[in-house]
Amino acid sequence: MPNHPVPVPSSVLAALKNKTIHLSAAKMIHSLFLVNASGDIFLEKHWKSVVSRSVCDYFFEALERATEPENVPPVIPTPHHYLINVLRHRIYFVAVIQSEVPPLFVIEFLHRVVDTFQDYFGVCTEAAIKDNVVVVYELLEEMLDNGFPLATESNILKELIKPPTILRTVVNTITGSTNVGEQLPTGQLSVVPWRRTGVKYTNNEAYFDVIEEIDAIIDKSGSTITAEIQGVIDACVKLTGMPDLTLSFMNPRLLDDVSFHPCVRFKRWEAERILSFIPPDGNFRLLSYHVSSQNLVAIPVYVKHNISFREGSSQGRFELTLGPKQTMGKAVESVLVSSQLPRGVLNANLNPSQGTYTFDPVTKLLSWDVGKINPQKLPSLKGSMSLQAGASKPDENPTINIQFKIQQLAISGLKVNRLDMYGEKYKPFKGIKYMTKAGKFQVRT
Amino acid sequence: MTDSKYFTTTKKGEIFELKAELNSDKKEKKKEAVKKVIASMTVGKDVSALFPDVVNCMQTDNLELKKLVYLYLMNYAKSQPDMAIMAVNTFVKDCEDLNPLIRALAVRTMGCIRVDKITEYLCEPLRKCLKDEDPYVRKTAAVCVAKLHDINAQLVEDQGFLDTLKDLISDSNPMVVANAVAALSEIAESHPNSNLLDLNPQTINKLLTALNECTEWGQIFILDCLASYLPRDDRESQSICERVTPRLSHANSAVVLSAVKVLMKFMEMLPKDLDYYGTLLKKLAPPLVTLLSAEPELQYVALRNINLIVQKRPEILKHEMKVFFVKYNDPIYVKLEKLDIMIRLASQANIAQVLAELKEYATEVDVDFVRKAVRAIGRCAIKVEQSAERCVSTLLDLIQTKVNYVVQEAIVVIKDIFRKYPNKYESVIATLCENLDSLDEPEARAAMIWIVGEYAERIDNADELLESFLEGFHDESTQVQLQLLTAIVKLFLKKPTETQELVQQVLSLATQDSDNPDLRDRGYIYWRLLSTDPVAAKEVVLAEKPLISEETDLIEPTLLEELICHIGTLASVYHKPPSAFVEGSRGVQHKRLPPRAGSGESTESPDVGQSGPSEAPPAVIPSQGDLLGDLLNLDLAPPTATVPSVQPSMQMGAMDLLGGGLDSLLGGDIGGSPSMGAGLGAAPAAMPASLGGAPAVGGGLGDLFDLGGGVGMPTGSYVAPKTVWLLAMKAKGLEISGTFARRGGIIQMDLSLTNKAMSVMTDFAIQFNRNSFGLAPAGPLQVLTPLSPNQTIDVSLPLSTSGPVMKMEPLNNLQVAVKNNIDVFYFSCQYPLSLLFVEDGKMDRQVFLATWKDIPNDNEAQFQIKDIHLNSDVASNKLQGSNIFTIAKRTVEGQDMLYQSVKLTNGIWVLAEMRIQTGNPNYTWMCWRRPHVRECVSQNDSPVIS
Repeated sequence: MPNHPVPVPSSVLAALKNKTIHLSAAKMIHSLFLVNASGDIFLEKHWKSVVSRSVCDYFFEALERATEPENVPPVIPTPHHYLINVLRHRIYFVAVIQSEVPPLFVIEFLHRVVDTFQDYFGVCTEAAIKDNVVVVYELLEEMLDNGFPLATESNILKELIKPPTILRTVVNTITGSTNVGEQLPTGQLSVVPWRRTGVKYTNNEAYFDVIEEIDAIIDKSGSTITAEIQGVIDACVKLTGMPDLTLSFMNPRLLDDVSFHPCVRFKRWEAERILSFIPPDGNFRLLSYHVSSQNLVAIPVYVKHNISFREGSSQGRFELTLGPKQTMGKAVESVLVSSQLPRGVLNANLNPSQGTYTFDPVTKLLSWDVGKINPQKLPSLKGSMSLQAGASKPDENPTINIQFKIQQLAISGLKVNRLDMYGEKYKPFKGIKYMTKAGKFQVRT
Repeated sequence: MTDSKYFTTTKKGEIFELKAELNSDKKEKKKEAVKKVIASMTVGKDVSALFPDVVNCMQTDNLELKKLVYLYLMNYAKSQPDMAIMAVNTFVKDCEDLNPLIRALAVRTMGCIRVDKITEYLCEPLRKCLKDEDPYVRKTAAVCVAKLHDINAQLVEDQGFLDTLKDLISDSNPMVVANAVAALSEIAESHPNSNLLDLNPQTINKLLTALNECTEWGQIFILDCLASYLPRDDRESQSICERVTPRLSHANSAVVLSAVKVLMKFMEMLPKDLDYYGTLLKKLAPPLVTLLSAEPELQYVALRNINLIVQKRPEILKHEMKVFFVKYNDPIYVKLEKLDIMIRLASQANIAQVLAELKEYATEVDVDFVRKAVRAIGRCAIKVEQSAERCVSTLLDLIQTKVNYVVQEAIVVIKDIFRKYPNKYESVIATLCENLDSLDEPEARAAMIWIVGEYAERIDNADELLESFLEGFHDESTQVQLQLLTAIVKLFLKKPTETQELVQQVLSLATQDSDNPDLRDRGYIYWRLLSTDPVAAKEVVLAEKPLISEETDLIEPTLLEELICHIGTLASVYHKPPSAFVEGSRGVQHKRLPPRAGSGESTESPDVGQSGPSEAPPAVIPSQGDLLGDLLNLDLAPPTATVPSVQPSMQMGAMDLLGGGLDSLLGGDIGGSPSMGAGLGAAPAAMPASLGGAPAVGGGLGDLFDLGGGVGMPTGSYVAPKTVWLLAMKAKGLEISGTFARRGGIIQMDLSLTNKAMSVMTDFAIQFNRNSFGLAPAGPLQVLTPLSPNQTIDVSLPLSTSGPVMKMEPLNNLQVAVKNNIDVFYFSCQYPLSLLFVEDGKMDRQVFLATWKDIPNDNEAQFQIKDIHLNSDVASNKLQGSNIFTIAKRTVEGQDMLYQSVKLTNGIWVLAEMRIQTGNPNYTWMCWRRPHVRECVSQNDSPVIS
């Protein structure tokens, strides 16, 4: 029946026409709205023409649909705009864009905004932002011009707009001076845009923290499904002048998947596996790296668990024991265990061998603050759970989430060999610290 | 002492208080007041009433105060354009300031004030700033050009700012280069055909040098710009790749993804046997994996792009399956994307792990995720044959959990497994039947019914089972009804003796008691088949079924290629062509991957199935359009939402028929000519709307004239070259291009159908929507042989003008539906008006004269055709070829006046006068239409009168 009459639905065509999102030439980020946890817009900034805040209604719709605050999709289409949002510190940063802009570009920029606020105000909260609203506005204006990022390096921003401090506020009030820099930031156009010139310290010091986080999924039987290490080297460098540093490792082969701060000379790394750089002033992340599951990742703790429900009974058993595994002789500290128990669980009556536990009957979240693991006397949490009367046996298996810290150890085995400074004459204090933490460390039951 | 104090004044007289403070003599008080104003602005309060008072504070040495006032100005200048002028002087003065920070700030702020009057004053300061000695000022000025272009494009071109901007690409400062590239890319977006970013090996080299030194944001602009370059050969391609790979180690994920885009595109040109090709493949995996350890929002965008990358080059991530394993506290949008990629990467080597994971996910809390996980198990079974048995037993385990939605999903996927591996797993049917009562979702019910019908001979009580469904037949959804009908017919064909009553019952329910035409049609077909030739019925209904595809949701290769060129963009997140994101009339350039050098491989066959176990192209599940498939009930695949879409370039705004038609008749290049408005009498209001549309209307008088001398041109009507009407990516691989022609008094639609999909297309049919001139196909579409992949067929479809009439917008718009075995596709196209000029359009001279006199003045319109170098006789001959007849000619003061008549197929006459001045290449055309036929043709403000 090839000749079946096929009417073209012109109404459909018309509807489709409207569906195509017509975007103007306006590029990059158009506006920014900050929304708090209760869904109120408490700040808006427009870099082009003003976009009505009713555009956020589409965001609120998505927010309502989301079961959890973090489940709001990052990119939301509306008839005339796209909304790209990130959730940080319980604040949604909602960027409005009107044209084809790389979404990662926007997300990275929003992260930079959050970092800057945190850097300036110590915390990134609604109260802190409201307390410093004019500085916030000045910062946003300085960070973006016509939607193009302008100055996002904290070093440069701080020269343009001085961070508020109690002392400065007092001084400004007395002398009538301002907290806006009058001079063009020195680093802005030099070959090292991340560093300002004329840095002076009486105590010259350079500290590096090697911090590794283990992400792992352990299955019921205790075998590792995936394990990977996300490592960073955070630096706090307070050195006078223009120091040129090199950092070398005992075992650079571990680092095959790295992301560098722009200050690192990539060619030198490629050729000699040495980090060579002129550091920014103050705190910065020198490098982040990823040790993938291909390599063997040591798992520092194990969990023995028995969480069971019997058919027809309103009681369930809960037993959990923690122990150290591959810790290279170091102590496992600040251990915190949490688990989302099944919805049917009414309450839990447990007995910890050490530490304290809480169970929230509303959210069903069990958390146990264990503290330090003593290898001689393993911490355990045992007891019973009561189920809703008449409820059937829960069919989901709770996952156990573990947090811990191990001082003085980089679990990947990464070790710094030496740190040298060139270009300046003084002798700086140098320090390297290692730490291993649990990232997303999950044990299935 | 915090800024929150600025929010505390909520009294009624707030604005008055602020006004007083702003006019205070004390500097401190002024500054505090401006801060309060800004604070109000940030929370969305309207403080525009304070405009003059705030602007008064602008003349100050205090930089902070100045900045605050600038902030205010940017927000409110648009609503107070006259007041904004007051600020101009200060701006101009600040642009000359000794402090580069102030110069840059002034030029930056001025560009943000979107007021026409201000832009005039902006030009001079901007010109100076573009050549400023300080690079900070230059880079700010570069962005300002883009801002100005957005406000007034013409001004920017007239002032030569674009050339200055191009020069800045060679600037010594990398930040200036990056901003110039960013500004040019933004401007180029609104001029798709301009050569603004004229990339050649020299500029590429400059960009690559700047890439190493500029900021992370600048790197993104430069990389995106590089991605649009087409290297000359594989060696250049390799050298660019080598210089881009260090960006993969950047901390900014947007830089990383832009670099991946450049590499994915350029590696297409590298010969596969090259060592470097392998090296590059290895280098791409780690940065993609690293993106997955970032924040969830970044992960989401990365995952959407990785989904494209694994379809194009599965070898890159084939060993990285584990990083896509789901963590229980991942946001749901990340979980769903990870699952999708897990299935794409599933292979014999890792299937055990994947299945164990999927089974784990099936016990999670989130219903959507659980459903998708169950479905994924089914997809694995179909994709990896060796694992099918294990998948089936996993699914059976899940069915035993009796969790309602899990059971239903499992049954839906088991049906697909039966399709793929017939006669292998029927032993599980008994288990499935146990759950019959708990199925409440149509899809699951339909799947179960299909299984019962398909294996009726092995299920002893098949008739009872189907009968039980029949009781509530009218309450079932259509999907279930259709399925039930077919299943009972199958049952009858297999066990005719016991089920005669049942089949009669269902046929009568379907044909007599149902309002659903699909159901009735199918019922009648079965009925007739069964009553006329039961043997044939058996052959049709129980025929062997085509294979179902291994991969579902594969992106059409042409679309995939385009999306690979747009990695990192919104298009890549939505997996939709970029044309869906920009205004259609801007003429989107479709990016394609460059052809590979050396290895003699055609670009048409992307290496999708490379790592998969089989090289065979996956067959596509036929969807609902296929009648045979319908009868066999093969349409159970998840309903693919085919969105009939219209080619963007055809969606012009309101275009008047004759306006648009004649416009192009008289030369496509008329568009944009300023002389257009100089019409006699009523200046046609509709014309501007049609300007942009002119090029879209193929053919016409202008085309008749072009081709220079035209000596030896065939005397027949002009035929425009074929243009693409339906894009392959919007029509599941069917591309249609075509044009219209009038040959020997018969209107013909010349079509080229190209099959860009991977399966054969058959059963073509065409239908028009009602249109302004009643165009309709005079016969069926003659595509007799099936269209195999990559084949093109040319057909000519004769058209009649006796179809139903309905006025269209624009009048010459034609909406067409083309059907094949895959689906129905819709597109619209526009025919040249000359198509409708009939051969007996020569009017008697006396009648012409009388009619001419009758025409009121306001029924006329005038057009100019530019750059035609023909004398009046040649022109007249050429026009006659298109049935525009010259009735009389006279010469006045060196001007040839041709009087012409045209008759349309619906009997409307158009009279015209054409003036040709010797030596002047511009023709003037005036057209008239008779008033009493006016309403038949067009809207009232039609510029053309007969």
